[in-house]
Formats: sequence, C-alpha cells, structure tokens
Amino acid sequence: MTADPQQPETLPSGPPPVLALSGAAVEYRRHGQRIRALDGVDLTVARGEIVGLVGESGCGKSTLARAAAGLVPLAAGTAAFEGQPVSVLGRGRRPDRLRGLQMVFQDPYESLNPRRKVGDLIADGVLLAGGSRSSARARSTELLERVGLPVTAAEGFPHEFSGGQRQRIAIARTLAAGPSCLIADEPISALDASAQAQVANLLTALVREENIGLLLVSHDLSVVRQVADRVAVMYLGRIVESGDTATVWSNPVHPYTEALVAAIPRADGSGTLPADLPGDVPDPASPPSGCRFHPRCPVARDDCAVTAQQLVAITEREGGGREVACHVRAPLGVPA
Amino acid sequence: MSGDPVVTAASSAPPAGLADDVLARRRRRLRVPPAWRQPLAVTGLAIVGAWLVIAIFAPLIGPDNPLAQNFGILAAPSSAHWFGTDELGRDVLSRVLAGARVTLPLSVLLVVIAMLIGALLGGFAGFLGGWADVALMRLADLFFAFPGIILALAVAAALGPQLRNAVIAVVAVSWPSYARLVRSLVLAARTAPYVVASRMLGASGWRVLFTDIRPNIAGPVLVLAALDLGNAVLLLSGLSFLGLGAQPPTAEWGAMVAEGTQNFNDWWVGVFPGLAILTVVLAFNFIGDALRDALDPRTARTVRLS
Amino acid sequence: MNALLEVENLTVALPTPNGYRNAVDSLSLSVAPGEVVGIAGESGSGKTMTALSLFGLLPHGARVTGRACLDGTDLLALRGRALRDMRGRHVAMVSQDPSAALHPILTIGTQLTEHMRHHLGVSKAEALTRAAGLLETVRIPDPERALRSYPGQFSGGMRQRIAIAIALAAEPRLLVADEPTTALDVTVQAGILRLLHRLCAERDMAVIVITHDLGVMSALAKRVYVMYAGRLAEAGPTGTLLTRPRHPYTRGLLDALPHPEAAHPGAGPAPLVPIGGTPPSLGAVPGGCPFHPRCAHAVPACATDRPDAVPTPGEAFSPGPDGVAMADTDPGRHLLACPPDPLREVVAS
Repeated sequence: MTADPQQPETLPSGPPPVLALSGAAVEYRRHGQRIRALDGVDLTVARGEIVGLVGESGCGKSTLARAAAGLVPLAAGTAAFEGQPVSVLGRGRRPDRLRGLQMVFQDPYESLNPRRKVGDLIADGVLLAGGSRSSARARSTELLERVGLPVTAAEGFPHEFSGGQRQRIAIARTLAAGPSCLIADEPISALDASAQAQVANLLTALVREENIGLLLVSHDLSVVRQVADRVAVMYLGRIVESGDTATVWSNPVHPYTEALVAAIPRADGSGTLPADLPGDVPDPASPPSGCRFHPRCPVARDDCAVTAQQLVAITEREGGGREVACHVRAPLGVPA
Repeated sequence: MSGDPVVTAASSAPPAGLADDVLARRRRRLRVPPAWRQPLAVTGLAIVGAWLVIAIFAPLIGPDNPLAQNFGILAAPSSAHWFGTDELGRDVLSRVLAGARVTLPLSVLLVVIAMLIGALLGGFAGFLGGWADVALMRLADLFFAFPGIILALAVAAALGPQLRNAVIAVVAVSWPSYARLVRSLVLAARTAPYVVASRMLGASGWRVLFTDIRPNIAGPVLVLAALDLGNAVLLLSGLSFLGLGAQPPTAEWGAMVAEGTQNFNDWWVGVFPGLAILTVVLAFNFIGDALRDALDPRTARTVRLS
Repeated sequence: MNALLEVENLTVALPTPNGYRNAVDSLSLSVAPGEVVGIAGESGSGKTMTALSLFGLLPHGARVTGRACLDGTDLLALRGRALRDMRGRHVAMVSQDPSAALHPILTIGTQLTEHMRHHLGVSKAEALTRAAGLLETVRIPDPERALRSYPGQFSGGMRQRIAIAIALAAEPRLLVADEPTTALDVTVQAGILRLLHRLCAERDMAVIVITHDLGVMSALAKRVYVMYAGRLAEAGPTGTLLTRPRHPYTRGLLDALPHPEAAHPGAGPAPLVPIGGTPPSLGAVPGGCPFHPRCAHAVPACATDRPDAVPTPGEAFSPGPDGVAMADTDPGRHLLACPPDPLREVVAS
C-alpha cells in the first residue's frame, strides 16, 4: 500500500526520516498455513518526533515494531534506518551502523539480566560501541541521573527495583548506545499508573532533548493520544489511518478509528456507556476480502468487499498530512 | 506483577531514601540464608571440612607410614593400631587417612572436568542449534544409553587398570548430564528479552554466552556438580574396588574395601574404609541438597529439564 | 431500603516477615439490590483482598475481622459447606483473566451445566437449555455449537463473556467483577461493560466493580469507594466524585489521567501529571493518613491522626430528594477521610 505520489505523507520540508518502512510485510506459518501478520505497511519516523502505533490484539503492531528493529525478517517491502536497510538479527553480530536503532521492551522484569549489576548493564552500551571501561562507568552514572535514578543504583541488581525503575534502567541502557531512533513496544503496559506516567514523560523528554525519533507501540489509546505527535491506527495487519494525533482523535475519518475513539470510557461521571463495536477480530489466517474491516463497518458498501483500499492522503485544515484507507470516507482521487 | 512497590521512596527525584533502602536490603540478604542453617547442611559441611583437613595433614596425623608393612598381620584394633592392620601388616588407620588424599582431590577434579566439558559442549549446542545441537545431543544420548558403572568399567578396562584411567572413565560417564542441563538452560535464555537487548546493542554470540547467559545458569550447574560429587566418589571407589582404579600399594578406599572382602572375618580391614566412603558421600549429598534448596525453586525447575 | 450487602469494619491482616499487616483496614460499604458499586484504587490498595474476603478465598494465614452481611448472613463467618453453597449461588465472581476461570479441557457446556446442577439441582437436559440461554444472554454467537466447544477456541473477549455466563449460572444476587476488562482491548471492553450494565438491569443483580480504571467506573458504577493502602479515602455518587472530588488522592488520580483536551493542536502534547511517589507496600504503610507523604496539601496533623471516612462537612444534615435527612448508609452520602478537606473551596467555587 503506497501513499498517493502526488501528495507525499512526510512532513513538507524536513530532514529525511530516521526510520522508514515501505510496503513491509511479515509472514509466519501456523499449522501449515501462511499468515500475513503484517500486510504492506508504510511508516516513517523522523528525529525528534513521536509516532504512536495503536490497534487492538492481532493488528500486527508488535510485529511491525519487531520488523522495524530487525528482529523478524520481512517477507516483502523494506525497512530502512538512516537510509540503510535494517538487516535481520542472525547468528552474527549486529552491524555497527544499526546501533543507533534501539528497542525498549514491554516487560521490565525480563529485559534486564537478573544476575548482573545495573551499572554493568548500562555500561554495556558504551563498551559494545568501543568505549573504554572508565568512560563506560562515567556514562553509566550520567545516564542513571538522566533517567531520574540515584547514582547508587549502579550497584544494585534489577530485582531490587520496581517496575517503573527497571524500565527507566532499560531506557538508560539504550541511551548508552547513543540512539537516533527508539522503538518502544508497549513500554508502559506492565507498570502501574504512577510509573506509567513517569516513564511516558521520560520518553517524551528524551525525544525532545536528544532529538531522537520514537516509535511508540501501545494499546493504551489515551496515553498515545497524550504523548504522540502523529498516530497510525492499525487493523489486521494494515494501517487504516494516520496523521496528526490531536486531529485524528478529534476528527477521526476511518470508521475503525471512530469506533476506537468512541469505545474509550470517559471518566467524567456522566455514566455514559462507551460505544460497542460488534463482531470479533477475524482470524488473520483468513482475512476478509477487500477492505479487511468491512464485515464490522457501519458504512460499508458492496464494493468494500471487493477491493482493498489504499491509504489516501486527504487535505486538512491544520496539522500535518492525514492518510485514510477507506473507500467511503476517503475515496481515491476525491479530496475529503 | 505490575506495580510491585519494592521501593517506597519517590522515584522521580533521586533522593537518599532509595539508596538506603537498596543497601539495607542487600545487608539483610547477606545474612546466612535459612537453607544453610539446616542441621544436615551443617553436618555435611563439617564432615567434608574434617576430611579436607585430614587429606591435607594425613602424613602428619597418621601414626604410621601407610605403606610400611612392619606390623603384625591382621591384628585387631587396639591402642597401638586404632583401626587394626591389614593382611600385609599395614596400619589401617594411616591408610584410611592417606586414602583421603586420593579420593577427595580426584573426585573434585573429575567433577570439575566433567562440568567444564559438558557445559561447554551443551552451551554450544544450545546456542548454535542446528546440526551442532543435533550432533552433540545424539552423542550425549549415546553415553546416556549405558548404565554408568558399566560404561565406566568398559572405558577403564579399555584404557588399562590405572587410577588416571579410572578418572577418565568417570568423567566420560558424568559429562552428558551437564551437557543436557546447560543446553536446555541456554536454549531458554537465548530468546529471553535481556539477551535480545544485549544483541541489539551489538554483542556477539560469544559475549552473550559468557557475559549474559553464564551468570544465569551457573547456579543450577553448580547444584548438579555438588550433587554429583557423591556419585563421583562412589564410581571412583567402585572402579578401584573392581581392580580397575588404584593399583596396589596405593592406599585407596575402594581398593581397601576389596581387600576387606578377601578377609571377611577380620572385619576392620573393610569396614573402616567403607565407613570413610559412606561419610564422604553422605556429606556431599547433604551439601548438594542444601545448595539445591538454597536456589529453589529455580533450580528444581531447571534441573528437571535435563 | 435494605442493603443487599452490608460490610462493616472489614479488616484483613496478612502475615509479612515483620508480623501481621492490614491489607484492608476498617472498610465499610453497602450495596443495594440491583445497584452497581465500584471500588477504585491502585495496586496495593486492598481492593482485591476485599473481594476475596467475601468469598472466603483469602491467602492462608490471613486474619479477618468485621462483618459482611449478605441478606442477613455474615459471609465472613461461614465455613465449610455453608461457604461452598454461598459461593456461586448467591454471590459470584468474575476476575481479570478469563483463561484462569475456565477449565481448558472441559467443554463450555460441561462447565456451565456442572455449576448449575450443583447449585440449582436441575436435570441435565434442563441445565443445557438454560446454558444455551445464558450464552445467548451474553451474546455468544451460535450457542449450541459453543456449548460443545472448548475455551481455547474463543478470543479473550468471548472467554470473558463465557466466564460471566458461568458466574450467572446459579443466578446470584451479587456479582463481584475484579478488573473484568483490564486485559481486554478497548472495543471488546466496551462490549463487556454494556453487557454488565444490561445484566444488572435485567436481572436485578447487584454488581461490585473493582478496577483502577476510572473510565470504567464512570461508565458502570453509581457509587464509588476509593481505597488507598487498605483504607477508604473517599466514597460517593460517581458523578459527584469524578467531577468534584474532595480527597487529594482522588483528585490526583483524575489529574493523572491523560487529558487530551489539555493538548492544543499545534502546541504539542502536554506531559502526564502523575502523583509523585509510589503506593506503599504492605509492610510500609505510613502512620497517620496513609496518603500524607504524597499529598500536596498535607498538614502536620496528617502524619499522626488516622482519619476515618465521615460524611463530608456541610452535607451532614442536608435532606435527601424526598426532604428527609439522609441516613448514614444512604447511597447519596459522600464520605471523606480527610479532615483538612483542602479541596472544599475548589468544590464550592
């Protein structure tokens, strides 16, 4: 699915994106069937920008994150980091040119080696980049302070810290490698409320101050809405809508995005029940023909079952470019 | 579980509270863990400690030269010879003490060698996967197919009756357990997020194996080694008992027990070395159990995997 | 109106390395028949322990005091057979992970009918018919086939619906839902919330919803009890509590929610405002008001005096809708455990 060439999706004038996926597809086999967890996705992340990736279970957002990081191979399309292709992590060492692309994992309890000291874990990033031991130790201290932990934490082991602190240690570890782009796969889902806000704020601050690009994958729509500059909504392996976060939320175009937004219960005491989206997410092994959302779509027409829609750029009154993949709401060739 | 509030101090600003809390917890943990306070563990440690001292100071403690055949043949235990003398007139007590210098260091050495060989092979098999894994595991299966003592017998007999060959034989029997254990541990650790994170930073496979994975699997492997020590002593003594290990006149417990079977009426010739074997094996088993309990439940889970 | 469930001074003490500590401390609440009541709080607030205590499912070694009367029977005093008969029949539970509630190798039909037959004593045929009806109530498509299927064949949302169906099987009067939608996608959650709402109305069944998600609370519950470190911080009608909270903790929880309205287009996203610090662990609950170390409005007295939840000043003698002064247990009451009441002016303005 490619963007309309006459109306490019990237920001009008700006540096080239630090992370770019084009037509990315990922397949896996289950019971002998070939399943496309990711079916032709275009996505870019620029430095200093936070791109949120949202969607419900089975939409492929985690697969996309892992493919962008080089943890799973692409069946089609390309993934590029700073213009260079992202090679898959195999037996050998990861190429140095990819060091600037780092990942923050979901489970803070599993992503830190329980048998090594926190200071050593953070120093790894410097040592593996060829730094000396002394510079690694110094940087380790510096980074601990940067993420809001005391210097004495370097002597501790991961299990002595809370979930939020561990996630911050994990972030410090990626910073030690001097990244220009971070991919965060559900970084705050496993944390409690206060820790969620703290880690989200830390990531935001880092993006602004270090001019890092951040791809934030989350099922928590509210947090993404608060924190991300742009958001891409996924459904069953495809991006159905993307654009500036505030406007996508206040004015969703794609029926699925509309349903998502309407399904969030508001804590306003009014007692209103959130809107329901009937039906279930189809089995990715046999997705619906044409537009994958059409069986559950309130505005579906006959032709929705025939051809899949491409992401079409629509003009907006304000904010960056918006793209929507919907026959009905954003037909090809007709500006919305 | 999310929200595990291990630290109570505010975590947004770096306060002194966090440092104190962490260090205080570390101090508490340095106290001897409950598993080690078990009477069996203490007994085991005491016995092994005593035998270690004996092994080191045997020539000084033993009343007589273990090889000297000066004394009355098959004399019963008396004040002159606490453990009596054997059929060649040698003081049994001195020989039992000297036996410790043979059995203890060799058993430990043998376990260490088996552990190193097994762990290295198992580690490569687990990390590399593919044909390396298949080949190594089939090799281990081959060794597993034989009952331990039979295989040890075969190897020792093939190499010739010598103490050194007995050690080699027991190593050959022991290494597959370590290989299998380490392989399964490495397989599990290979996909752990902390390993993936390390590789994302540019760590090579070797570095991951030795710096990241090794500290996490050392525990279960050491427990296996501790539990294996008793077995090693038995196998080694067993081979010597059958004449395939220590050769005369070396004072070795297994060989001495064999002598004892030749002289059944003179009970002291066989019983005292037998008791020596018994106490050492029991002691190693107690220690191994305590070690396993100290690392429970992680160890219990991973040892079962092998 | 007589309350269906009346909890008085419930205290649950759990053994810790440093002795017994209260996971729940003198909690009192009431639920009217057919009412939906919410218990809100973060992890460690004691909300799950409260739920478990109603079923006698507390961890080994826990000590419980107080009363929890369901239609006159004290649930906390039940033992053995009486307890087993109560569980599932009069009060049922739905928890966060439906996979844990469903037996993986028994068919749905077996699980539903077994439950029904044990509690209601109906025949197998009758039970199957009812089971199909229940599945239809919870909107499982093709109930006949579903009865013959296994839990593994359903999605997370469907499994939760089935778990709810099992909970309803013996027609309980009170349903306790502990984080029923936390593990579910947002659209699936919306469906479950609507389902619970409808069930409550159709069956005159009371529901206690336990969750940290204030949005879920707002959608379902008529009254909310906010717990912190085992104690009741604030309680009142949902509308009032969420729009004009009086306890700084409640205020903090609301402020910590993402506020997209605060983000102006073009100005970029605004940072989240968390409550500083972390909730205390079981053994480390501060003295006085447990929230005082994290409270921006704390005064010296907060560190020493432990506040009880009392009717908010100014409302003590205000008449209810029918002109009669409200009783202490009246659902319209707003209870507050914060003597300084620093947010009072904010509310009044």
